[in-house]
Amino acid sequence: MEFLYYFGDVFTPINFGLLMLGTIGGLILGATPGLSPTMAVALLIPFTFKMEPAQGLILLGAVYTSTVAGGAVSAILLKIPGAPANIATTLDGHVMAKNGQGTRALQLSFLSSAVGGLFGIFLLITLVQPLSDLSLVFGPSELFWLAILGVTVIGALDSRSLVKGLLAGCVGMWLGSIGYDDQLGVQRFIFHPALGGGINVIAALIGLFAIPQIITMFANGRIDNKAEVIRVEKHSILDAMKEMTQNVRAMTVGSLTGAIIGIIPGVGGQIAGLVAYDQTRKLSPNRDKFGTGHAEGVIAPESANNAMVGPSLVPLLTLSIPGSPTAAVLLGGLLIHGIFPGPDLFNNHPDVAWTFINSMLLGQILMCIFGLMIAGVAARVAQVPQSVMAAMVLGLAVFGSYSVQHSMADVYIMAVLGISMFFLERFGFSAAPLVLGLILGPIAESNYVQGAQIAAAQDGAFTYFLTGSLNLILVGIVAASIVYSAWMEMRGHRTTSKEEITS
Amino acid sequence: MSEVSLPRTQHIIASGGIMLLGLWVAYISYSSEPAAAFLFPRLISSFFVVLATWTFVKACLGWSKVGGGLTGGSMMKLLPGLIVALIYVFWAAKGLGFYTATSVAFFALLTLYDPAPHTALKTWIKRILVTAGFMAVMYGLFAKLLKVYTPQEIFF
Repeated sequence: MEFLYYFGDVFTPINFGLLMLGTIGGLILGATPGLSPTMAVALLIPFTFKMEPAQGLILLGAVYTSTVAGGAVSAILLKIPGAPANIATTLDGHVMAKNGQGTRALQLSFLSSAVGGLFGIFLLITLVQPLSDLSLVFGPSELFWLAILGVTVIGALDSRSLVKGLLAGCVGMWLGSIGYDDQLGVQRFIFHPALGGGINVIAALIGLFAIPQIITMFANGRIDNKAEVIRVEKHSILDAMKEMTQNVRAMTVGSLTGAIIGIIPGVGGQIAGLVAYDQTRKLSPNRDKFGTGHAEGVIAPESANNAMVGPSLVPLLTLSIPGSPTAAVLLGGLLIHGIFPGPDLFNNHPDVAWTFINSMLLGQILMCIFGLMIAGVAARVAQVPQSVMAAMVLGLAVFGSYSVQHSMADVYIMAVLGISMFFLERFGFSAAPLVLGLILGPIAESNYVQGAQIAAAQDGAFTYFLTGSLNLILVGIVAASIVYSAWMEMRGHRTTSKEEITS
Repeated sequence: MSEVSLPRTQHIIASGGIMLLGLWVAYISYSSEPAAAFLFPRLISSFFVVLATWTFVKACLGWSKVGGGLTGGSMMKLLPGLIVALIYVFWAAKGLGFYTATSVAFFALLTLYDPAPHTALKTWIKRILVTAGFMAVMYGLFAKLLKVYTPQEIFF
């Protein structure tokens, strides 16, 4: 119950103001097609430099939470999912809106998002402390395997191809090794002066997530994306609440599915929504009504994609392993303030950790309230032409990456990585394992080198790295994720890509 | 036929490029001294080369899922924007100053990709106002709020 001790910290004027700002901004950004939660959080990191660590995290956490929920607005009113996580919501939500029940669909969407989100955050609160304490027993060999696990699981599960996912992870780890070696101060792979200081993680994150999206907008050409916004009529919020209580099954299935999927690194929100929709339909006596504007078809996916948010942060906050691209971006937000997740976070910065988690708890409620209030405005913002969106994101990406260290080198690195990623994405490579490799590579290396030194003084590297129950469990999970992914690939049942879903 | 083979050719080029990068990384890792500083790069470059070679071989043999690739039409659409973006990032931002370069690039991108007709005066006024509004927000955020010192502007 330690989190209650820090609950009051969320209510300081600045913290609460940032929470509201992040929530409202996130709802609007989330409703905008093409602006994914990961990209929105990455673009916001430079704005948190001058803030206190807790304040920066409150802003980033609020944006993460509300962009996921905000995507439902355009999914319901425009039939354009704001993010891949909201694809399943489109199936029944938009039909409801077309049938003159847009407000009802939005109310159900935000209420179920809040219920799922609160469930996910409570799960996060329950799990972080014991798992964080457990991580104290990890030595260099276990931490090395943990970092490898983070890259491998994302590479195996998030990409369309296992080999390409793992390859992207290797490229990321190589990028992470560019610059001066920490142990001996030797230059490594510095083939251009811009790389003297290594690859800045924030600039790389902005480039890898924002630039491919900008070029994709260019590739769409001069298109008019003004889909018709369906006008919404009045609907009593009390009736919507009553309807929620009549659909406990959909809410439970959605929340549980989202939470379980969220805790597995690399799986992500789009899968949570679709799996929850599918499972609820199978369990529902009204399964024939799905797709015709049925309430369960909105409640299940929306509770799932917000229930995923809290648990997706468990591996990050306890073991320093970001379980998703957005968690990797949040890790970048922590590192710029000199805070390292894991036991250090909860032992030395409990105020930061708990204020951040509490703000996400409160953010779920604010998101529900503001979501209902500004849904109409958000839907209009979602109609902003792609030309304006692309130009705005490009400007923000350049200013944001420059402001990290006041260095043009970071701008160049951002652009080169982003353009390369755009082309590689066309051929089944994914940014997520690359980012994880970039962030976790240096962690893996420092523990590998430490482990090698200890091994040299003991029984050799093989014994040190490949014996001991924790090492074996971690190696087993790495191997299992690769074998599972290879098996799924051979059966042709790979995780559906964003492009495949949205096409 | 060309629609089928174009993405595959592009795939071979992309995976070939990655394989060459992997070989270069492995060469540097294994040939540079002191060896202790390249212990970890040697480990990852070994996996890098194996995976990249496997990807390249699969691409050449047509065994892998190719992905959508880039059609000629898409390339032509994105090229003007990409050129503006490249000039902006690699030359104009430093050469003209961030705010001047961003204004020009923003306006150019709006003009290139805005579906509104170029012949209407209203369209141009709207583009100028949107550009001015965006730049005012950027100046307020970065120059005033975050106090980011950008390279010297050419006009002020």
